[in-house]
Amino acid sequence: MLSEDRLRELKARVASLDHPEGAVVDVMHEVQDAYGYLSDDGVELVADIVGLPASHVEGLATFYNLIYRRPVGRKVIHVCDSISCWVVGMEDVFEHLKKKLGVGLGGTTTDGAFTLLPICCLGSCHEAPAMMVGDRIYGNLTPAKIDEILEREKT
Amino acid sequence: MPFTKVITRNFHLGHPASLKEYEASGGYEGLRKALKTLTPDETANVVMDSGLRGRGGAGFPTGKKWSFIEKQSPGPRYFVVNADEMEPGTFKDRFIMERDPHLLIEGIIIGGYATGIGQGYIFIRYEYKDAADALTAAIAEAKSAGYLGRDIMGSGFSMDIEVHRSAGRYECGEETALLNALEGKRATPRSKPPFPPVAGLWQRPTVINNVETVANVAPILSMGADAWKSLARSKDGAGVKLYGVSGRVKNPGLFELPIGTPLRELIEVHAGGMQDGYRFKACLPGGASTQLLTPEHLDVEMDFEQVVKAGSRLGTGCVTVLDDTCCTVRAMVNLTTFFTRESCGWCTPCRDGLPFVLDILKRIEDGDATLEDIEILKENCDVIYPNTFCAFAPGAVSPVLSMLSLFRDEVEEHVKLGRCPLKS
Repeated sequence: MLSEDRLRELKARVASLDHPEGAVVDVMHEVQDAYGYLSDDGVELVADIVGLPASHVEGLATFYNLIYRRPVGRKVIHVCDSISCWVVGMEDVFEHLKKKLGVGLGGTTTDGAFTLLPICCLGSCHEAPAMMVGDRIYGNLTPAKIDEILEREKT
Repeated sequence: MPFTKVITRNFHLGHPASLKEYEASGGYEGLRKALKTLTPDETANVVMDSGLRGRGGAGFPTGKKWSFIEKQSPGPRYFVVNADEMEPGTFKDRFIMERDPHLLIEGIIIGGYATGIGQGYIFIRYEYKDAADALTAAIAEAKSAGYLGRDIMGSGFSMDIEVHRSAGRYECGEETALLNALEGKRATPRSKPPFPPVAGLWQRPTVINNVETVANVAPILSMGADAWKSLARSKDGAGVKLYGVSGRVKNPGLFELPIGTPLRELIEVHAGGMQDGYRFKACLPGGASTQLLTPEHLDVEMDFEQVVKAGSRLGTGCVTVLDDTCCTVRAMVNLTTFFTRESCGWCTPCRDGLPFVLDILKRIEDGDATLEDIEILKENCDVIYPNTFCAFAPGAVSPVLSMLSLFRDEVEEHVKLGRCPLKS
């Protein structure tokens, strides 16, 4: 939840910028972090804080891979499905996660802990295959390591 | 041949080098030299003389790019670092920022001084959180030490740097799309000309450089242009390159080497060669947007002109190795899935053409294609290549076209067998 104080603070900070619209990505992140994802209300809130039309913010929110316009789990698991991870077994990582979590791609576990999504190259090609859980990147994934990570990252 | 590390000299520390550690390794000597003994123009000339070329993929001469900035024009100008590294197979900029953030910062300040620019932005992909944190901390350290802020080292030159975290989309790495992203717009590319040095961020003169490019600037100043340039191995090459190798090699990782190091040496010596039981089949020499190279190309010197002569591009210089268990068609399905998904949607050949290319590739892989489909695939790639708004889609079809010219037999096998020949 974003408090009234924080909202006022954000609006003031944005208004003081030479180009307030340049802050829109930062504000989207903050609103998303506060509410778990960026809902329709969230889009309107961002628009209000930054002084942009809601339709413009919607265009940005749907453009960015890491802004979620639908509810997601408490942490999102982004598995790299790019070429270097593919060479060394990325497909097995997906299969293991789907089975372990009981979800398909884009699905959220019934306990609300995790959502499973793909992502493009995480810059971990030297320790492929890799995934990002929340905001932590993990490499050298094996089924055992994946299980251990899920245990540790579960909230 | 013994080789002193220039840009990776602090990587061994295993953590972001602190200001003290950076200074102990010779850090901020380049800036000191520039501010105390050289004019801005002289500083820019040092970089020009070094022969430094962009390390983001395009290889444009850095000194030349900087010279396009009109120093006398009134109003703000911007120095933007493209830290949106997302090219599949590429992981070099991540390490520079995570292990030696001051190296990047010093380069930005020197660049700002040389071009008369007082505001820097580092546009970093959201997923590189550790790097963003390291940069933010280093900027604060640099500011406390007087390397940033007003009247740096009493030179009269002032500069500030801010880190902007993006929100995830590959096209943000295209320089004009990046500018749109910074301006709070969708990251679709702009028409060029005007180019950023004329009208960039907020339509102001703007330099945009890749992380690795800027990381070489301070060493160039402290070593001198000739000393840095002569580190190259190739005849007309300049300086060092941070190469990467991934795939089924024994020792995947990053290797700082003289530019022009042969591909064979990179893979077989530094990356330890193929893992037991695997053989080299092909590689992407510089990221997903580059054409395949095969065993016949292994002796190519990994420098700009030489790789072009071999039929590909140096790109990011981070090599993805495909081994003999990799079906090239399936590899192209993977690559094209990435490009199709990441297309920003701005222009029709990319937005509508790539899904069509992907569909044909998938049908070839599944054994549901005809020989005519292979021709249609080539035709589509050939039509997409010269007709797009930015370099994204030409990059997307480059590996596919190279598959058609280098692995045509394997592609046709799929059609003739009605399945992938590598699947039993």
